[in-house]
Amino acid sequence: MSRALLFAPSSAKRGEVIEVRALVQHPMDTGYRRSNDGEPIARNLVRTITCRIAPLAGAAAQTQAQTQGAAGGEIIFSARLHAAVAANPYLAFHCRMVVSSRLTVQWAGDNGFTNSASADVLVL
Amino acid sequence: MVKRRDCLGLAAAATLPPVNAAGTTVVANAFAPATSGAFAPAVQATPAMLALAQRFADGAALRVGRLAVTVEPLVDNGNSVPVHMTLDSPMTPDQHVVGMALFSEKNPEPHIADFVLSPASGLARVSTRVRLTGTGQLLGVAKLSDGTCWMQTVDVIVTLAACIED
Repeated sequence: MSRALLFAPSSAKRGEVIEVRALVQHPMDTGYRRSNDGEPIARNLVRTITCRIAPLAGAAAQTQAQTQGAAGGEIIFSARLHAAVAANPYLAFHCRMVVSSRLTVQWAGDNGFTNSASADVLVL
Repeated sequence: MVKRRDCLGLAAAATLPPVNAAGTTVVANAFAPATSGAFAPAVQATPAMLALAQRFADGAALRVGRLAVTVEPLVDNGNSVPVHMTLDSPMTPDQHVVGMALFSEKNPEPHIADFVLSPASGLARVSTRVRLTGTGQLLGVAKLSDGTCWMQTVDVIVTLAACIED
């Protein structure tokens, strides 16, 4: 399993927009490179990144009416990557925090590659 | 003119076009912003790049501006180049950025990435790292919830190109 990193602040104020940074270890072979034997290295890319947000258990009760539609594993951000993305794809995006939530980023790519990482953000 | 092999190693000569070659199109008329003003920014991009932007816009009118594509003007290593895309939008359910796309002119496959945002994003700002094959242009397009599309280009000089190997 390749290494996956997800960085988000551990806490945020209600309504604050936080920066989320995600990194996964992956060669992102474009298919254009050749090995030392001269054989082309097959294309092997991370194709999609999806970030979901789910309220943490304790916060769910107080928040259903207040959340901006971020209920239970809703996708707030996604990306489709192509060959021109650098190896070990890095992505930084933003998220408005309303309730204490778990952010989960999932990567999916060629040859059945999957990985995921989670981070809890407490909203004070 | 510099001859270099393309990424498939076919040893085909690919000449670097001079800065204002006839092949580039000055997009001042077709894509000028609708709002009147003393300064109407134009974007200079090849027809192929504009076609990619139009395909992403999917029929919406493409305008120049609002979106900022930020990258170092001179890049040492084209294998990993940080790029930021920012559009100032309130990100409310009524008015937010729906998606962004990034293209690179000189890469064998110019499409870099698509991003899908939502009002929960809070800020329409995305950063990633890209591979750049050669000195050329990056073109970013952002689609808004009201149906408009905004594009921006930025030129990058790449010292060590990705993809090309001896």
